[in-house]
Parts: sequence; C-alpha cells; structure tokens
Amino acid sequence: MSSLEVNLQHNMGNFHLDVNFSVPNSGITALFGHSGCGKTSVLRAVAGLLKTQKGMVSLNDTVWQQSNFFLATHKRPIGYVFQEASLFSHMSVKQNLEYGLQQIRREQRHLKMTDVIDLMGISNLLNRSTQHLSGGERQRIAIARALLTSPELLLMDEPLSALDYGSKQAILPYLENLHDELGIPSLYVTHDPNEAAMLADQMILLDNGKVVAQDTAANLLTRLDLPLASYDDAASILEGTISAHDATYHLTWISMDAGRVAVSREELPVGKIARVQIQARDVSLSRKFHSDTSIINILPVTVINTRDINDSQLIVQLELQDGQTMLSRITRRSGMTLDLKEGMQLYAQVKSVALIN
Amino acid sequence: MEMDWQAIYLTLKLASITTIILLLVGTPMAWWLAKTQSAWKEVVGSIVALPLVLPPSVLGFYLLLMMGPDGFIGQLTQSLGLGTLPFTFPGLVVGSVIYSLPFVVQPVRNAFEAIGERPMEVAATLRASPLKSFFQIALPLARPGLLTGAVLGFAHTVGEFGVILMIGGNIPGETKVISVAIYDHVESMEWEQAHILSAGMMVFAFVVVYAMYLLEKRMGNQGK
Repeated sequence: MSSLEVNLQHNMGNFHLDVNFSVPNSGITALFGHSGCGKTSVLRAVAGLLKTQKGMVSLNDTVWQQSNFFLATHKRPIGYVFQEASLFSHMSVKQNLEYGLQQIRREQRHLKMTDVIDLMGISNLLNRSTQHLSGGERQRIAIARALLTSPELLLMDEPLSALDYGSKQAILPYLENLHDELGIPSLYVTHDPNEAAMLADQMILLDNGKVVAQDTAANLLTRLDLPLASYDDAASILEGTISAHDATYHLTWISMDAGRVAVSREELPVGKIARVQIQARDVSLSRKFHSDTSIINILPVTVINTRDINDSQLIVQLELQDGQTMLSRITRRSGMTLDLKEGMQLYAQVKSVALIN
Repeated sequence: MEMDWQAIYLTLKLASITTIILLLVGTPMAWWLAKTQSAWKEVVGSIVALPLVLPPSVLGFYLLLMMGPDGFIGQLTQSLGLGTLPFTFPGLVVGSVIYSLPFVVQPVRNAFEAIGERPMEVAATLRASPLKSFFQIALPLARPGLLTGAVLGFAHTVGEFGVILMIGGNIPGETKVISVAIYDHVESMEWEQAHILSAGMMVFAFVVVYAMYLLEKRMGNQGK
C-alpha cells in the first residue's frame, strides 16, 4: 500500500512535537488543530524546510528522512503552497509559473501548463506583474506554480487563511477541482473545521504536538470524544447522489439510503456523488414525523450518544439508517423533554443543507 | 592642469576597480552575515564595520606595516615575485577595498535580511538548488541593496584621503588621486586649481547622493 509515512520528534523550547501517522496516496488529508498545535511544523518537516531532531519521512517507500539521512527540500517531489502566496516580486505572473516548470526535466512534467492555467482560472493574469493582484488571484497563481512541478505530494499550509471571506469563497471551487481532477495526494493544514469538512477526505487532529485522532472527515467531525463536535459551528457531512431536480420550486434533491435532502437548485448531473454539510445547530429532533412543518428535510435517526456542551446546550450524535452519522445541537431542556436515551428512534428535522461538492 | 586630469583618471580607475572587487567580495560576505547562525556572526560583522569608526591614519598605518617588507602581506607578495604593495596602485586598491568594505557589506546585508527566508524556501519547494536560488531569486530581489552598496563604495573610494596618503603617498600617475591633488594645491597656495577640483567633488557628491535618493524611492515603490 503506497502512502506517505511520517514519524517526527522535535523539541522547540517548551514545545514537543511527537507525531506518527500515515496517509493514503490519494485524496486530501487535513492536518487540523488550533494555532500552535504543531501542524505547520509537521508540514514543513515533510517538505524538508524544518529538520527535526529525530524522524522518518517517506513517500511510496522512497525515504526522504531517516536517522542521519536528510533529503534537501529541492530534491523532494513536492508542491508547497504557503499561507501567503509568496510570488517572486521581480517576475511576472508567467515567469513565476514557469520557474518551477523549468527546474524539472521535460519527461517528468506530467501536468501541462495550459491545463493548470485553466484549472486555476488564471489565463487572463499571465502577463500581469505580481504587484496588482487580489489575494485570491495571488494564491491561485501560487497553487498553479506549485502544481507545475508535477509534484507527487501537494502540501498546503492554510492557503485560504490570509484571504477575506469573498476571496475564500471564490477560491474554494478551484481547490475542489484540484481534488476531483488531479490524483495528487495532498496534506492540507487548516484550523477551520468548515474548510476541512469541505475539502478533506481524511482528517488528522493535532493537539499540542501530538496526533489526537485520525479518521475520515465525516467521522472525525461527529465524534463526541473530540472537541470538534462542541464547536459553535460544529457540522456533519453526509454523502449521497444527485437524484432529481425540481424545476417548479428550484430545488435539487440528494438521495441517500437513509432518505433525501434538498438544496437550492444546482446544475449537476443526476447520479453524481454529492457531499452535503449540515450544521449541528440547524438540526432539531422530534419523536413523531411532522408533516405540518416548513422543514422539508426529515430523516429518521437513532440516538447514539449525547454530551453536554455547556449549562444550557447539549450535542446529540445520531446515526442515519444507512450508517452515516450526524450531529444535532439542542438545549438541555429539550433533551429532558424528549427524554433522550441511547438507541432511541427519532426524526431529525434539518433546516438547511449546504452542498459541498 | 595636465596633472589634475591624471589624478581624476586615476581616481575613477581606482574607484571602479575597487567597486568591482567590493561587490565580488562583499556580496558573499553579506550573504553569510545575513544567514549564518554562527556565534562569530557579530564579531565578523564588527570587524567589517571597523573602518567606519577608525581614523583612516590608523588603518593606513597598519596596512603599511602589513604590506611592508616585514608584514605578512608583504612577505606573501614578495614570495610571489610581486614586490611590496605600498606606494603602488595595487596597494591603493587593497587599502580602498578594506576601507570601503562596510559601505558595501552593510546595505547588501540589509537587503538580504529584508528578503527573509520565504522566497528561498519557495524556490527550494520549486526544486531550485541553493546556488540557483541565490542567483535567480536572492540577487535580483536584493538589487536595490546591491546598487546602493555599489554607489556608496564607489563614492567613498573617490573621497578617500587618509589611508591613501599613508600607504600610497603622492606619486603622480601611480597613487596621486584627486583628494591628494587638492591637498597639494592648497599646500602650494594654488587656490584656483584647488577650487576647481573641490567644486567638482561637491557636484559629484551631490549628484551621487541625490541619485541614490531617487533610486531608493523608485525601488521602494516597485517593491509594493
């Protein structure tokens, strides 16, 4: 099984990094945690920008670091996207893109310049200087520049965190394209659970220099023993397929074995796999099926577990009939009224569903 | 007047050669000072900066001793069959390089430090070797500092007097530069010729400083 193997130990003052994980050689893996948890250090160590005191890093059985052996950054087949785009200011956009391309041999170039430019939507920027670009444009160019070295592993260090909300929303579809169209495995550092939910297949939760948990994004986000489920914007991810479009009411239906949910109409082909995000606070629970309500997304669920978040609220972990898990955040008072117990059959009323991809 | 043209030519020649050597020697030195984590960093930095505070006569005195027949530089040049350097043009070049070194190293070092680690890290992740990224990324980004260093090194060498008098003396066509020529004119009460050379130096100095400000302003705007 080919994969990225990482085992690092490093002491920086009072901070001790000690991580050991492996990630599959496909899809996006989010390295997730609060600032200062060591996630950027891990990424830098994988890139060879940080030389840890002890450690082992290998990709597909090619060793990059082990005991006294340390492969320099420029010899590792990686693409790296920094938090700030860090374009070379003495070069035009095109020269920036070509810089990495020129460093590698022709037969190693798997990605075409034109394809990458299209993928990132930057064809109209090529002849510009790097001075007058928006944050989002700069970051898209930086991603394209990294891709043009045809990396075997893409490393991204919070590429969206320096952007405002609008630019962030504008760039996310490009990152999703990246995920869908390129088979390059990626490590994606973020502290934003929504970003991780939207982009990542796998998630590694880091805290204080240690790996706390590693699982699929859908599972990790809904585990009550981890802090994520207690966040104000805690959310769960469900996967289904586009099943129908409702022309009259302008809706798109997404079906799962456990029921169906509606989102505002999106021009996507029927049969395409779709992931949706559901905020825990948008899910209410009832013992009976109500048809006399404005809520159109009603799913039968089973209570798995509950946990108090604070004095007034609790979080409920629910299992759908097809085995997927979902969160609901309700008041403790409602929990009392419902007489919540493990194994209880309920109906989850979902006020709003967001399509991720 | 014939003599003055010779002094002007000699000064420009000295300053040009000195500047080229300073850029070749000072740039790697500035890079090392900007990047090293060695404990010797500030010791070396201080030694490079010494000519800023030392009286030129002190510098000239020791250079004279070192380059003389019993000094270690003198021994070296003699064993190479080059004779001794004091009172020769190559001697002036050696003295000028040492005297003007901080004026080149400092701005270039500042420029390298201002670039930071990031562009070099980016270049490394784009598969550029350290040597390639030094020439393709660090040097072009440090261009304002290199230009400032070159202009300052050149101008400072043109204005040199004390060190030259100590190690070069006053040999027309060999070591007699403008500043020494002015001194000579004043000593022999040739006020008019002293005026011409001095006023020329004033204009030169103003043009250099003014050009530097303009350059820095333009570069500053470009960097945004």
